[in-house]
Amino acid sequence: MKTESVLEKVLRSGNFAVTSECGPPRGAVPAKILEKAKMLGDYVDAVNVTDNQTAMVRMSSFGASLFLRQAGLHPILQMVTRDRNRLAMQADIIGAYSHGINTMLCLSGDHPKFGDHPMAAAVHDIDSIQFIQMVRKMRDEGKFQGGADIENPPKMFIGAAANPFADPFELRVARLAKKVAAGVDFIQTQCIFNLEKFELWMEGVRKRGLHEKCDILAGVTPIKTVGMARYMKNKVPGMDVPQHIVDRMAATPKEKQADEGIAICVEMIQRLRQIEGVAGIHLMAIEWEHKVPEIVQKAGLYPRPKIN
Amino acid sequence: MITAERKPIDEIIEYIRPFQKILLVGCNECVTVCSAGGRKEVGILSSMLQMAFLKQGKSIQILEHTLERQCDPEYVEELVSMIDGVDAVLSMACGCGVQELARRYRNKPVFPAVNTKFMGASERQGVWAERCAGCGDCLLGITAGICPIARCSKQLMNGPCGGSTGGKCEISPDVDCAWALIWERLKALNLTDRYEEIIPAKDWRNGRGAGPRKIVREDLAE
Repeated sequence: MKTESVLEKVLRSGNFAVTSECGPPRGAVPAKILEKAKMLGDYVDAVNVTDNQTAMVRMSSFGASLFLRQAGLHPILQMVTRDRNRLAMQADIIGAYSHGINTMLCLSGDHPKFGDHPMAAAVHDIDSIQFIQMVRKMRDEGKFQGGADIENPPKMFIGAAANPFADPFELRVARLAKKVAAGVDFIQTQCIFNLEKFELWMEGVRKRGLHEKCDILAGVTPIKTVGMARYMKNKVPGMDVPQHIVDRMAATPKEKQADEGIAICVEMIQRLRQIEGVAGIHLMAIEWEHKVPEIVQKAGLYPRPKIN
Repeated sequence: MITAERKPIDEIIEYIRPFQKILLVGCNECVTVCSAGGRKEVGILSSMLQMAFLKQGKSIQILEHTLERQCDPEYVEELVSMIDGVDAVLSMACGCGVQELARRYRNKPVFPAVNTKFMGASERQGVWAERCAGCGDCLLGITAGICPIARCSKQLMNGPCGGSTGGKCEISPDVDCAWALIWERLKALNLTDRYEEIIPAKDWRNGRGAGPRKIVREDLAE
């Protein structure tokens, strides 16, 4: 074991991992984050805490992660390279680790154009692969990126994202290989709706043995309405929603669409569990956290293993 | 080359409103090539300003002059005979030219008439696009001649983000994904193996990280 991370322990114990996501509030309202945390409660192994998600200012991932930690949950500190340079990022990593936060996700972040500060200067001092390298060097060598020693190095379980559906497709396995070479421990993928394409990507991943070097958590999202399905299909860059899913939602009466979306999600989880090399799921129920327990239960992933 | 665009006319008018006699200076280099501040644009701006002030019942006198290079002290010296007779100078050069005039003629107010944009190349007639960020440590040798610092919206040095769709950047269908271009070119050159070499975190001291930069060539410096 590289860390004390519960997620690492769950994965090493051979259990199929379940992570979920929690977007911090847009204000100093700790109650909101605690309310979400309570919903997720015992149903997931660890919870991603987003970092200025969609380039909108929210309570910091570090601040919100601390509330989760204090509530007895296991936060995954998300961090984007968009908003801070390497000094600020490393400072937050040791700060978070000092508070018992030992799992993180290294991302470049959504472009400011998509948020409510399109006029902001993005930083991008380093990219996501250099970010993974930096955290690994902090953990394994006890060195800051600049080379100086760290007293009590942060033992972070290092995650990153992968999108098997973005272009160029043929480059996507190679991009994962770069993240593995940089030192990533686990991967959470973009939401999967196009299972065939995901399987094709996983085939490439297995061919190179990358699933043996990092744990792959398949991303899933329950669709609430046919409108949401259409929006994700047509408007969200890098998202691949096949027409048959949109059609299935459209054929469902409006009042039943939420249940149908959950049914699709549960079926997807069951199919993903059969794929060699998929070590868990990452459930992104965007502002629908209260549905997480139901999905986890229906997918047969409850109770979660008890690991201290 | 350095690209520029003329500032909105109202902004220029506000700069020079308090003055009677203006020297409007163009530059024959980059701003001429990108049709922002050469001899022709000097003539057009001069007429526009005179008409705008005339409409407001104010007469203004504008001297026009276009230098070979406004960022070079030798050429800027040409203005000596004209400077004393004017109240202010309006420069149509890039920011380097404006600052060179301000440095040489320190008692004369100098105003910019263009917004300096970026280092770019001509894509086709009338279209210029950013190509170089002047980072001071060129990556083009390992990125198949396409710069991810200047051309990737997230400045990613090791491959495309998850938003790349159909060869286009997530920020706009009008923007090529730099990494899609790099990948296509690496394939064409049979150099795809190079993609998996991790480009290390950049030393920005070669760029703006260490403050304003200077090149001193001992063999040429006086």
